[in-house]
Amino acid sequence: MDPALYRVVANRRETSDVSSLTLAPLKAEMAVAPPRHGQFNMLTAFGVGEAAISVSRSSRLSGRDSGQGLHTAGAGSIVHTIRDVGAVTHALCVASAGSLVGVRGPFGQGWGAEDGDWLAEGDVVVVAGGIGLAPLRSVVDDLAGRSTDASGRLRGRLFVIAGAREQAQVIFADDLARWAALGAIVSVTVDVSTPGWTGHVGLVTAQIAPAGIDPGGARALVCGPEIMMRFTAAALEKLGMDPSRIFVSLERNMQCGLGWCGHCQLGPLILCRDGPIVAYGGAVTHLMRERER
Amino acid sequence: MAWSPRAGDLAVVDVAGLDALIMALADASYDVRGPVVRSGAIEPGPLGGVVDLPRGMRDEQAPGRYDLSDTAGGAFFDWSSSARSWKAELFPPEEELWRARQEPGGNVTFLSTPKASRREPLPLAILGLRPCDFAALGVTDRVFAGAAVPDPRYRRRRDTAFMAVVECGSPGGTCFCSSMGTGPGCEGTDAAPDLVLTEIASGTVADHRFLVRVVSDRGAEVMAAVPTRKATEADRSEREAILSRAAARMGRRLVTEGLPELLLANLDHERWSEVARRCLACGNCTSACPTCFCADVRDTTELSGQVVRRRRWASCFDREHSYLHGGAVRASTSSRYRQWMTHKLATWWDQFGQSGCVGCGRCITWCPVGIDITEEAAALRGAALPAGGGAA
Repeated sequence: MDPALYRVVANRRETSDVSSLTLAPLKAEMAVAPPRHGQFNMLTAFGVGEAAISVSRSSRLSGRDSGQGLHTAGAGSIVHTIRDVGAVTHALCVASAGSLVGVRGPFGQGWGAEDGDWLAEGDVVVVAGGIGLAPLRSVVDDLAGRSTDASGRLRGRLFVIAGAREQAQVIFADDLARWAALGAIVSVTVDVSTPGWTGHVGLVTAQIAPAGIDPGGARALVCGPEIMMRFTAAALEKLGMDPSRIFVSLERNMQCGLGWCGHCQLGPLILCRDGPIVAYGGAVTHLMRERER
Repeated sequence: MAWSPRAGDLAVVDVAGLDALIMALADASYDVRGPVVRSGAIEPGPLGGVVDLPRGMRDEQAPGRYDLSDTAGGAFFDWSSSARSWKAELFPPEEELWRARQEPGGNVTFLSTPKASRREPLPLAILGLRPCDFAALGVTDRVFAGAAVPDPRYRRRRDTAFMAVVECGSPGGTCFCSSMGTGPGCEGTDAAPDLVLTEIASGTVADHRFLVRVVSDRGAEVMAAVPTRKATEADRSEREAILSRAAARMGRRLVTEGLPELLLANLDHERWSEVARRCLACGNCTSACPTCFCADVRDTTELSGQVVRRRRWASCFDREHSYLHGGAVRASTSSRYRQWMTHKLATWWDQFGQSGCVGCGRCITWCPVGIDITEEAAALRGAALPAGGGAA
């Protein structure tokens, strides 16, 4: 599977080590299929390599264009949010507008949020650690876009609990503010307080019990470091949530996206095929508690 | 007019007939490969006629040991399994996926395959793979051809390849195909071979013959050029006897009942650290295994400025295999051995609906320290270690 050529339309610096690339297909007929929320693409920095990257927004994903400028990038445009953790992600993070990257995808199982009116069925709880907010942004935008009343307020309870190392590492601050303005219950917490920070300090798990979530009919979407997801899921389960309605996004080394290369195995799962989004209940609960080391 | 077998028929050919079969495959424009002796081992190689087959050779396999000796006997297939499997024929150790030119302005142009290799390679014909190795193709078929997006390279080679399986009359010291249901005969497997041969070499030289079960129409077409006779009841019962003697001579045994559950219930067993004290994490087992399919995908920039993506066999015994930003997920040898063995025997069922082990025994033979997957499984079961003997 050859990568499709995409042009970098914009490179937005989110934090000191996180960038969002807005990509548009060089030719419309080469564009990859529109991703579902939570699916990922393999991005190629030519001459460096390829890495699995979350889609944080796409022109098809968002229920409406809520002023994020995607319309200017054109049809089939897509935003990937990347943390600079190695040679490939570094090359992507510094890709300048106008340069070309390769895109293969979309791969894997998403959150499934397209399939129903989740906010009408119960509370929706989004919990993100650091860059874990990336594959959740489009879900929140979609749910918000489809479930607002005449006055533009959310018709249901949407909790967004985001954690970061410190204030400067909070990604998508403008989106968080926008969701709060729509009526979402947004709470941001940091590990370390810095001058000027007046919000919560501590782990995201500490924000779950006081949030006032109604566990009956609730759904939770969790993405962040594995240990954070494990304790978040446990805290949500303790509230009385059905573990099969708690979704986590699991990560392993990925090199093909097609189930051929064997790298992304996690016990019975081939994560590029069976994940990255999986329900926490059953075997996955056990997998997340079992140490692979 | 001479009788010619059709799909479903059982025919008999003599040694000259086997030679004629190899010729017929070459005449049908196949690249014919078979077991040949190379560097003191039986390995896949080009086959021009019966003269290339390892006639009279006998292998001795034990944990960490492989010896080949010439018995001066007349049989062509009096050995257990080839040192290398046929995996590389369908899934090459290294393969170019694409090549592109990156221009100074930043434009990227994908290049078609270089002229030299543009000519379609001849389809493969493999004569002399064992039932365990044919079953292994059924395993890699599910991985590569059965994926939602099938691997086109594997599928092209596999779809066009002609398979003439030779049933096994002489299992070796590390074999346990009868435990895995993949041998010594070749009966029900996922995919159908084209021909299934059984060598009958116990009688006089004049009586040396091969039973040929014609499975596919393609097989029948090739057999039309080979002098044959119909198999008799005596031929059939001789085959039965050969296979039941072989099944009784397996060097190893693996109790598969409840094995996935047993392994997954014992992820914290102390045996994993014990085996890790011997395991060198060298990856010989994964190279030798006919079903291990892991590969790295790597991009390089050549001196010409061209960017090339290749895939290359990888091993879950490498620390880098599980690399995630920050480090390896499976940092210890015990976690990597556990990953390999539980995948092979347990989680493969979850992923692909079958066992990842076909019982060929190569991981035992080619382990430099002689780690034995059947012994490890037995240890976890808490049973006495299987008697290493039983080998003829």
